[in-house]
Amino acid sequence: MAVVKPQLVCPAGSLRALTLAVEAGADAVYLGLKDATNARNFAGLNFDDAQVAEGVRFAHARGAEVLMALNTYADARDPLPWRRAVDRAARLGADALIVADSGVLAYARDHHPQLRLHLSVQASATSYEAIEYYRERYGIQRAVLPRVLTLQQVEQVIRHTSVPLEVFGFGSLCVMVEGRCALSSYATGQSPNTAGVCSPPSAVRWHETAEGVEARLNGVLIDRYGPAEPRGYPTLCKGRFDVAGTPADYALEEPTSLNTLALLPQLIEAGVAAIKIEGRQRSPSYVQGVTQVWRAAIDSAWADAQGSGRYSVQPQWSNELGRWAEGQQHTLGAYDRPWR
Amino acid sequence: MQLTIGPLLYWWPRAALMDFYAQVAEGPAQTVVLGELVCSRRNEFKFDDWVALGRELAVAGKRVVLATQALVMSEAELRSLRRLCEQDEFAVEAGDASALRVLAAAAAADPSRQPFVLGPHINIYNRAALEEHAALGAGHWVAPVELALDAVGAINPPAEPVLGIDGPIRTEVFAFGRLPLAFSARCFTARHHRLSKDGCEFRCRDDADGLLLQTTEGQPFLALNGIQSQSAALQCLITQTGALRRAGVSSLRLSPCGLGFARVVELFQAVLTQSLCAREALAELRQLPLPGTLVDGFARRHAGLEEVMDPA
Repeated sequence: MAVVKPQLVCPAGSLRALTLAVEAGADAVYLGLKDATNARNFAGLNFDDAQVAEGVRFAHARGAEVLMALNTYADARDPLPWRRAVDRAARLGADALIVADSGVLAYARDHHPQLRLHLSVQASATSYEAIEYYRERYGIQRAVLPRVLTLQQVEQVIRHTSVPLEVFGFGSLCVMVEGRCALSSYATGQSPNTAGVCSPPSAVRWHETAEGVEARLNGVLIDRYGPAEPRGYPTLCKGRFDVAGTPADYALEEPTSLNTLALLPQLIEAGVAAIKIEGRQRSPSYVQGVTQVWRAAIDSAWADAQGSGRYSVQPQWSNELGRWAEGQQHTLGAYDRPWR
Repeated sequence: MQLTIGPLLYWWPRAALMDFYAQVAEGPAQTVVLGELVCSRRNEFKFDDWVALGRELAVAGKRVVLATQALVMSEAELRSLRRLCEQDEFAVEAGDASALRVLAAAAAADPSRQPFVLGPHINIYNRAALEEHAALGAGHWVAPVELALDAVGAINPPAEPVLGIDGPIRTEVFAFGRLPLAFSARCFTARHHRLSKDGCEFRCRDDADGLLLQTTEGQPFLALNGIQSQSAALQCLITQTGALRRAGVSSLRLSPCGLGFARVVELFQAVLTQSLCAREALAELRQLPLPGTLVDGFARRHAGLEEVMDPA
């Protein structure tokens, strides 16, 4: 795999966020429709057809691409909205579809062969055999890797597939393999795969008690915050639990954000084709701030790779990203895992 | 409806494992799935050991299936996977898309190979997806655990089943045991013991049913099993036989647990053969030394943790 300048792929939960991302230097933005066909199915978020069309016009006029996330699994009782979403993406001029469901992939392949397909992280393809499977059957032209591989494993995948790879650079961290997590539906009946949500807001309740503020998810106590403690959103895998008699701790994952700025030269060297910023549910200011930092970082790391200038993580980049990090903490995640 | 003994999801010492399968050989289940699904570091039982055990179970009259690992990340894991998929003495249960590619290629090269099984971690949520996978050479699918029975029936309806290369695709659902809910690259058992994954000291061998995770007010919630997160409660569809039949389910997967499992299998068999009613079977299940309470919310399109209700 040849070394290329990675595309910067930024989230857009609204037209405002899309505009700011493109102006801040995103090479591509990704967005979803206002329904359960995408994995950020939250009230007040996402795009209707007119907004997609306007977003595509705006982005294309500035040389940026629009990718449509169609990354939940089509409902067995009524798969039609997913097929219609493929039709809509084609009609509205999206540059590619990000898909996880093999039924939806097959529909796109058979009915819109000109439409570029990216394999969503929700398809859980963690090896080159898995990625090649999707290339051979559906002609995918990019795959988004789950946030579980080490840098060495990412390099190994790239060496053995012709499919360009996209990896996560920054944002909220899923500690579980994406697309294979039913924790949320176990607790609430709704999951990323089935409803496009994890730990949905409709199931969250806050209670003031003598011991502190409790955050519950469908009645299950996820965390309890002392008076001086910052409160996080009660995402199920980031709560504090007792394990085998050991009292309250982050048993699965601490509320941290993935931040791979420090690894950018190695990701480029490995041949990564695109870097994804997580956060369609975040504010337009988040999108703007994070995009500006990553634009500068990718330009600098690419110049370094071409032999001009030396890349180093600038303090102002870290400060800006620190403003947006969950729990104000950063981690390199699985790419460089001290827990390995 | 038939019974399938699902793969052992925990790491039991060899003697305990052999005792367990000796009991399975005597029991009423028709099919047994063998193999290490969760972690390639659990190396006591190797490919040849599973094959040897499979032969013993086959002699005892069981249909044997070998399962591939669910989360494949390294080259060594791919080598193990290929070895397992390329043999054809026993049918193979695919744990991920890596296995699908190898199995589809093997089926294309040798049309006389036996059909394979789509394991519960292959994401099939609608009929079109099952049709896509059936075309590869699958004969049987295990529905993802979070799917409701109405969805299972819509995906592969008994009146109009999806057709595979050797006839209608058969449907299996996860009917008993701690639910495999998630996988991670991180080992939560090692994390709990403040050990790194590569220096885990194989501590998961100490927990026959995983490590219990409770809320800070004492509600059992999850069970940590290495890189796998399970429900603390046990799925139990013993009161759902009517809905299972309507959904076209042809086999029930019973997932091994440390104590009481032989009786669990007998109780399911008794209900299927109508020698015992579901109410009585449920009452006895509740008395067994099982590691958790009984839930069936997923089957009813509710939160998975909702408890089994007494049948009317």
